Amino acid sequence: METTFNVIVDALPYLLKGLYMTILISVLSIIFSLVIGLIACFMRMSKYAVLRYPAAIYVNLIRGTPILIQILFIYFGAPTALDIHLSAFTAGLIAISLNIGAYNTEIFRGGIESIGKGQMEAGRSLGFSYAQTMALIILPQAVRRMIPSFVNQLTHAIKDTSMLSVIGIAELTMVGQSIYAMNFRSFEILTMVGLFYFITIYTVSFISTKMERRFVIS
Amino acid sequence: MIKVNNLAKSFGELQVLKNISTEIAAKEVVCIIGSSGSGKSTFLRCLNLLEEPSGGEIIIEGENILDKSVDINKLRQKMGMVFQQFNLFPQKTVLENITLAPMKLKKKSKTEAEKQAMELLEKVGLAAKADAYPTNLSGGQQQRVAIARALAMEPHVMLFDEPTSALDPEMVGEVLRVMKQLAQEGMTMVIVTHEMGFAREVADRVIYIDGGNIVEDGNPKDIFTNPSHERTRAFLSKVL
Repeated sequence: METTFNVIVDALPYLLKGLYMTILISVLSIIFSLVIGLIACFMRMSKYAVLRYPAAIYVNLIRGTPILIQILFIYFGAPTALDIHLSAFTAGLIAISLNIGAYNTEIFRGGIESIGKGQMEAGRSLGFSYAQTMALIILPQAVRRMIPSFVNQLTHAIKDTSMLSVIGIAELTMVGQSIYAMNFRSFEILTMVGLFYFITIYTVSFISTKMERRFVIS
Repeated sequence: MIKVNNLAKSFGELQVLKNISTEIAAKEVVCIIGSSGSGKSTFLRCLNLLEEPSGGEIIIEGENILDKSVDINKLRQKMGMVFQQFNLFPQKTVLENITLAPMKLKKKSKTEAEKQAMELLEKVGLAAKADAYPTNLSGGQQQRVAIARALAMEPHVMLFDEPTSALDPEMVGEVLRVMKQLAQEGMTMVIVTHEMGFAREVADRVIYIDGGNIVEDGNPKDIFTNPSHERTRAFLSKVL
């Protein structure tokens, strides 16, 4: 029987490749979810019902269903109904982005609404437009308040990518599963997989906390 | 300069302003008094459309501002507003609070805007606080900065919405002094206030609003010493 050391050394290149995929999907989906969240947030706060309702339905649908179902639906369900083909990577990216985007919507909205109405009135009464007041006065204040929840959401995004193993994306979890399916060393492999997730997420939290401090002080 | 005809404002079922008509001349200092809930703040907030009137006309410098074609942002640049809660921008220094609008809206250079801001701070007696953040200032100081911020846009009229109501009593004086100085310099001012002493001393005219209507509109001496309506008398006996 191989030593633990050898098992780990042999698995390492594959696990690192998996980690790369995990990070790639996390980074891309976080970027997309920021854009989605920002758009949906302003739709939710719009005075027009045509914009408000779709955004509210989106947020509630995502929050009200498990992410696993969302992934399966976008990879298997929707393409069948629409008669299109999505690669696992594209489907996974869409699913994670939409999921995190919905939570971002609420984080952004909460941050913006936590800034008193007086700030908007002060900006408008100086002659700034709604958009200018938002950009120059409200958002800089709101962003600071959003950071802790947003960082929390980042760590969720990274963890949620492990669900993409169900549609066959070779991210960290999937790679780990394939390895121990062959060598039956599930203890070592899963420990490594867990450790990789932990290090990644801990690094993100650590950097964010540093940034957060700087933001709050300045 | 400002002409208001049959102004009405409802919030849903609640009619806050019923039928307000009055005129405010350039350089005039008008104090609006009345009990809380009388509609006086709503009236003031209608003048720069922070509240959208439900009916009537507001004509400012010959322009009906309820006309859809009026650029509300341009209009507001001519009308300074000071709030009860100061509403300074907490993430910006005192100086940045004052220079933001002139730089972004009037395209002033930074040096030019800062020079003007320092002059205004000098005027309100806070030049030493230019680099402080609003949270490190007392209420009275914050309100004086808010006045400087509004003045930086070189408005034609200043609207004050209970500027001293959120202040500790010992800070009321410093804010009123700045306002009085402004009045003496010829600024057109519309002031919603509970400071009857100030209204009596500084105002050219006092308007008493009750139940969404103007009950009395005249010079302060007449209103305070010899009000013509029973309602005014009842109100004044409570506040004086």
